[in-house]
Amino acid sequence: MKPPALQVQGLNLVYRTEGGPLHALRDVSLDVAPGEIVGIVGESGCGKSSLVQAILRLMPANATIASGRIALEGVDLLGLDPEAMRGLRGDRMSVVFQDPMTALNPVLSVGRQMIDIQYRRAGSRAAKRGRAVDMLKRVRIADPERRLDQFPHEFSGGMRQRVAIAMALMAEPALLIADEPTTALDATLEIATIELLKKLQREIGCAILFVSHHLGVIAELCDRVNVMYAGEVVESGDVRSVFHRPSHPYTLRLLACDPARVAERSRRLPTIPGDLPDLVNLPSGCVFAARCPQVFAPCRHAPPPFVRIAGGQISRCYLAVEDKAG
Amino acid sequence: MSDTASSASGAAAYRPRGRGPLRRILGEPLGGLGAGLVALAVLGAIFAGVIAVHDPITIAPIDRFLAPSGDHPFGTDNLGRDLFARVLFGSRIALSVSLGATFLSLLLGVSAGLVAGYGPRWLDNGLLLVFDALKSFPTVMLALFLVTLTGPSLQAVVLVVIIANAPSYARMARTQTMSLRHAEFVLAEQSLGAGAVRIISTHILPNIIGPLLIVASMDIPVVVAIEAGMSFLGLGVRPPTPSWGSILNDGFSYIRESPWPVLAGGLPIIVTTLGFTFLGEALRDAFDPKRSGGEKR
Amino acid sequence: MLTYAVKRLGLALAVVGAVIAVVFVMIYVIPGDPAAVALGPRASPALVAELRQRMGLDRPLPIQIVRFYGSVLSGHLGNDILSNESVLTIILGLMPHTLRLILGAMSWSILLGIPLGCLSAMRPGSIFDRITAVLSVSVIAVPAFVIAIYALLIFSIGLHWFPAIGAGEDPMDELYHLVLPSLAIGLGWVGYIARMLRASILDVQGENHVRTARAFGLSERKIVFDYVLRIAILPTLTVLGIGIGQMLSSAVFAEIVFARPGIGKLVYDAIITRNYPIVTGTVLVTTAFFVLVNLIADLFIAWLDPRVRYSLQR
Repeated sequence: MKPPALQVQGLNLVYRTEGGPLHALRDVSLDVAPGEIVGIVGESGCGKSSLVQAILRLMPANATIASGRIALEGVDLLGLDPEAMRGLRGDRMSVVFQDPMTALNPVLSVGRQMIDIQYRRAGSRAAKRGRAVDMLKRVRIADPERRLDQFPHEFSGGMRQRVAIAMALMAEPALLIADEPTTALDATLEIATIELLKKLQREIGCAILFVSHHLGVIAELCDRVNVMYAGEVVESGDVRSVFHRPSHPYTLRLLACDPARVAERSRRLPTIPGDLPDLVNLPSGCVFAARCPQVFAPCRHAPPPFVRIAGGQISRCYLAVEDKAG
Repeated sequence: MSDTASSASGAAAYRPRGRGPLRRILGEPLGGLGAGLVALAVLGAIFAGVIAVHDPITIAPIDRFLAPSGDHPFGTDNLGRDLFARVLFGSRIALSVSLGATFLSLLLGVSAGLVAGYGPRWLDNGLLLVFDALKSFPTVMLALFLVTLTGPSLQAVVLVVIIANAPSYARMARTQTMSLRHAEFVLAEQSLGAGAVRIISTHILPNIIGPLLIVASMDIPVVVAIEAGMSFLGLGVRPPTPSWGSILNDGFSYIRESPWPVLAGGLPIIVTTLGFTFLGEALRDAFDPKRSGGEKR
Repeated sequence: MLTYAVKRLGLALAVVGAVIAVVFVMIYVIPGDPAAVALGPRASPALVAELRQRMGLDRPLPIQIVRFYGSVLSGHLGNDILSNESVLTIILGLMPHTLRLILGAMSWSILLGIPLGCLSAMRPGSIFDRITAVLSVSVIAVPAFVIAIYALLIFSIGLHWFPAIGAGEDPMDELYHLVLPSLAIGLGWVGYIARMLRASILDVQGENHVRTARAFGLSERKIVFDYVLRIAILPTLTVLGIGIGQMLSSAVFAEIVFARPGIGKLVYDAIITRNYPIVTGTVLVTTAFFVLVNLIADLFIAWLDPRVRYSLQR
């Protein structure tokens, strides 16, 4: 049996700051099976970006992985030296970032950049150029031969994102990490880009780790989803189960706040009252306790356990009822 | 760094405590060193009369080109004058010119910039042209030309400094004034009937003066260099007043006879320019919002 | 791109016009009779009056302005008081020497400054980086003429490693004579360029497109030299363009300290002999030269950066 495309176990990420250690990720676990599309959803500040940086091992200088395991196709990433890690990037795993306007080098042509990333492959420059043209065609960019010689600022935002997707999938990686790829695009572009991603994923068969705060897109694209809050995974499972029968109080509130779901038209959108907790001086109990409407005694004492509930989801909550049958 | 900021997600609830500006300046080794060197120069200038054993202008031809000794810590120059005393008294010239000329440059430059930024378009264009023209003169050429017309003097040095530095301050002040001119609080004041002078002096000026002061303080070593350079060329203070540049000039004429005058003249220039530069850098770093409280690269 | 070039040219010409006006204003506003200054204190009043008339100082102001512009723009910068040669000819004859010094200084700053800046940026915070940073700030701070005099004292007179006087005979000798003076001028710029480049590189490295390059596994070397340097070098080139004007000032000192022929020595001697037209002429020529160099540098940078070139073409 093939190993999972990505496996994260008990990851703890800490930033060194002037005020003390900031615990950005705590005990984070998730996996992505080969060919599966897994989503990570959460608001700003939940640790999504830190997680992506940790998987890529492209973290800022003051970040340390305190403990945990990250494995790509069964290979332990944390045990690799920097050169070996570099070998995997752009080959077995690749990324599409959030802002297409700044993701490409502005003074080099698109073709030059698409050829440069093929450096691992043997072959002539012409062959690599040909592969780039093919990829541009697959992401539906018209006149790809001419476009290759143009500079990024000659492409629109949506087109630049398609170029980024083309670059990411050109090496046919085992895992594509999409870090909020459609957040900067307008709604129609977003739909088109998601459709494109779905189509390409079916053709290439790579696994996708899709990070977003847009619930609708996650629901549309992903097989499974992980809900993150303040550096922890609070609920994970099959996307339909989590969205139709959410268990964790945060997931419930998050879904209720989604503008697409609001039943009545009104001028006020629902929000979750309160602020994110201080990640330097962590609360001793559940990280959501301060804002949870269902908080009760045990919540403030110790972090809740991961409970497997009916439906196959995992919820990190004292209220979750363990499914003894599964 | 862009969005991979050194403060992680979740930092919204966390406020970094930066150290106060003074601690930051003196905490950096270079900042402390700079402050020390500047203090040395300032104290030397203030207490020159007390510290110096000999008089700086007394000529003693018998004692020319003496090496450093207890009696003459820096030796003597071609006329037997005590170099240590001359250096100390020279620091008075250097510091008073630097501070005075910088102050005047700021005054004139900021005023011109305020007018250019706040006034009508044609005035702005005209002033801009003047600023650019003045900045185009290579400083030494400007100095040589000016002194040809006026004769060497301390005033000539100050004038050269003003012409060389004021246009940059004017440009900065102009840019900042223009951006503030359309700010809401200015519009509010205008609608209340406040006149241009009041708006400029009470509202715009205090907001733009901060960065300008930092830039001006970083220009002080340049001004010291201009004064010394002009005196070296014989365009500044007239003999027998000691200026570091003129000490260098005298020493240069006799450089093959004795190295001491040259060394004595150059040393205070080096100490002062290094000191003000280190201090200025630390000052700028301390007030740079990007760096306060964050990690150093 | 063309409209930008034309606009820039127009601006440069306007600045030159303003420069001429400023020179005129300075001559006639600053107290002192230019003719008397030119002839020295022992000239008879009749001689001064005659010179005044010849210089057109007795005409009304508007006519003087027009005459001034007319003569300057047509290249008639007056004649040397002593030799009666055309000032313009003398200046143009000596410019190449000064330009050679400036070129030498620029070479030093590029050859030393760029590698130092790159290496510092590739190892930020290291001992090498810290030492380079302190040294860079130091050489920027100390005035070039002090560096020149000390260099003369230590390396020429003290150690006899380099010649102290003159510009040399044949090309190899000329280079030998060029080393110390151009290094004296260029040393400060080595520090400046190293610092600027280091800061630029670190800035660009923090940008998103470099993160993309890393995410695709490109080697650090390739990223720095092919992706980052291409962008980071642009502000450095701008700085060099502006620096030429400053280098000219430093060149004056270098020429005097090392007794080399050139514009600097020309003007310096001219003051002593009250050779007034030479001084005025040199100021005008060097300032115009500076404006021209700025213009060329601006246009070159705009052309180099595809983003700027593209936005200017729309």
